[in-house]
Amino acid sequence: MSRPDDAAKTAGSRTVADADAEQGKVASTVTGEHGKVVPLSRALEVFHDGMTLMYGGFGGVGTPPTLIRAVLESGVRDLILIGNDSGFPEVGVGPLIVNRRVSRLIVSHIGSNPVAGKQMTDGELRVEFCPQGTLAERIRAGGVGLGGILVDVGLDTIAGEGKQTLVLGDGVTYLVESALTAEVAIVHARKADLSGNLLFDKTARNFNPFVAMAGDFTIAEADEIVPVGELEPEEIVTPGIFVDMVVQSEGVEWKWGWE
Amino acid sequence: MEVGLGVKQRMAARAAQEISDGMVVNLGIGLPTLVADHVPEGRRVTFQAENGMLGYGRTPERGREDPNLINAGGLPVTEEAGASYFDSTIAFGMIRRGRLDLTVLGALQVGERGDLANWLVPGQRVPGMGGAMELAQKARKVIALTLHTAKDGSPKILPECTFPLTAREAVDLIITDLAVIEVTPGGLLLKEVAEGVSVEQVLSATSARLAVDRDPGSF
Repeated sequence: MSRPDDAAKTAGSRTVADADAEQGKVASTVTGEHGKVVPLSRALEVFHDGMTLMYGGFGGVGTPPTLIRAVLESGVRDLILIGNDSGFPEVGVGPLIVNRRVSRLIVSHIGSNPVAGKQMTDGELRVEFCPQGTLAERIRAGGVGLGGILVDVGLDTIAGEGKQTLVLGDGVTYLVESALTAEVAIVHARKADLSGNLLFDKTARNFNPFVAMAGDFTIAEADEIVPVGELEPEEIVTPGIFVDMVVQSEGVEWKWGWE
Repeated sequence: MEVGLGVKQRMAARAAQEISDGMVVNLGIGLPTLVADHVPEGRRVTFQAENGMLGYGRTPERGREDPNLINAGGLPVTEEAGASYFDSTIAFGMIRRGRLDLTVLGALQVGERGDLANWLVPGQRVPGMGGAMELAQKARKVIALTLHTAKDGSPKILPECTFPLTAREAVDLIITDLAVIEVTPGGLLLKEVAEGVSVEQVLSATSARLAVDRDPGSF
């Protein structure tokens, strides 16, 4: 196997498979093809002002760092972000908020990013809060072609205020919560193969598998990109059918809070 | 009023006494995370983190942290034998399905019927609810672990919460720096007072109606 970061820097003109071929190792079925792997510059073409962007991650863990940096550098603005939280000011999606690229957030909390709180108080940022488990299921519902979910969490709190309710045969009242999808979804995978099959790393999995399903167009950033056939079919968490592009991760550059 | 770490550790140790053998437990962010360090020797407990892990263990040694192995508070943890990873829908599936034996959550206010408010201070701080609504509403037992009064000295244990609720009639036990209070069908019952604290002190720092157990213990 070639070193994935070598393949990464030139992905688009060279793939892991090409590199393997040069070393006399031949990938099984995709030799000479790039599969879904593209250079970062091509991935950036799908981002535009005012778009809805869904992202994986929990406190920045599992949020694709290279894609976030590229989106920031591309200058797109008025983003509507959908994900678990607003990261920290320098971690996860935090820098997009700090640099005023975001007009609206749909999240479960912003407690770790005081800048998001200030922008919300100042009326610059619209924030819609949703209980975390409900948010996750709304995204999953969008990802699997459902219209919404029924849930009783938060029913008698302001999280349920003004929402449609439904009483089913069991006599329980449920909130009707709509499904969520986005124009583009970005996820961070531990490994991807050239056809976009993904697996994740420990607690960096979090929102990623269902966010991957809920994008109209999904881009996976992977720490390691391998030829088709290299991943055990049993270990694949996200089937490649949900993934439209794969880019090589350049790794996390931010500093974690505990460091 | 600033409260020292010693007091917080004593509160955490008291909360840990509520963990019995074999329980699955989720600890909220902040003060509740301290509870993990006080689990009585020999008691098997499985900690769940809503960011997608069952069976996390103690804090790793410095320099051995894995940035992708963290608890819901964002702190590095380790894997216990038998641990598993899963996505957030599964994590909350466990919670909503009633598989969690116990959760320990921080509180801004607790009402005398066990209402919990812990996600929003109107006009001041709006951090959002995160996973607190699921935990408070669905865990089999809910402990509110909180200082007895707010920083300005105002009571946090009230007849009715004035802040927006996290969950209604959710809390079973309140553990504070001053007292252990049970939420019973008949109202709040003072079970224990902290060492060096009098029953009268607890009563005057509590605005909810509070019955006093026949022979309150101490912790």
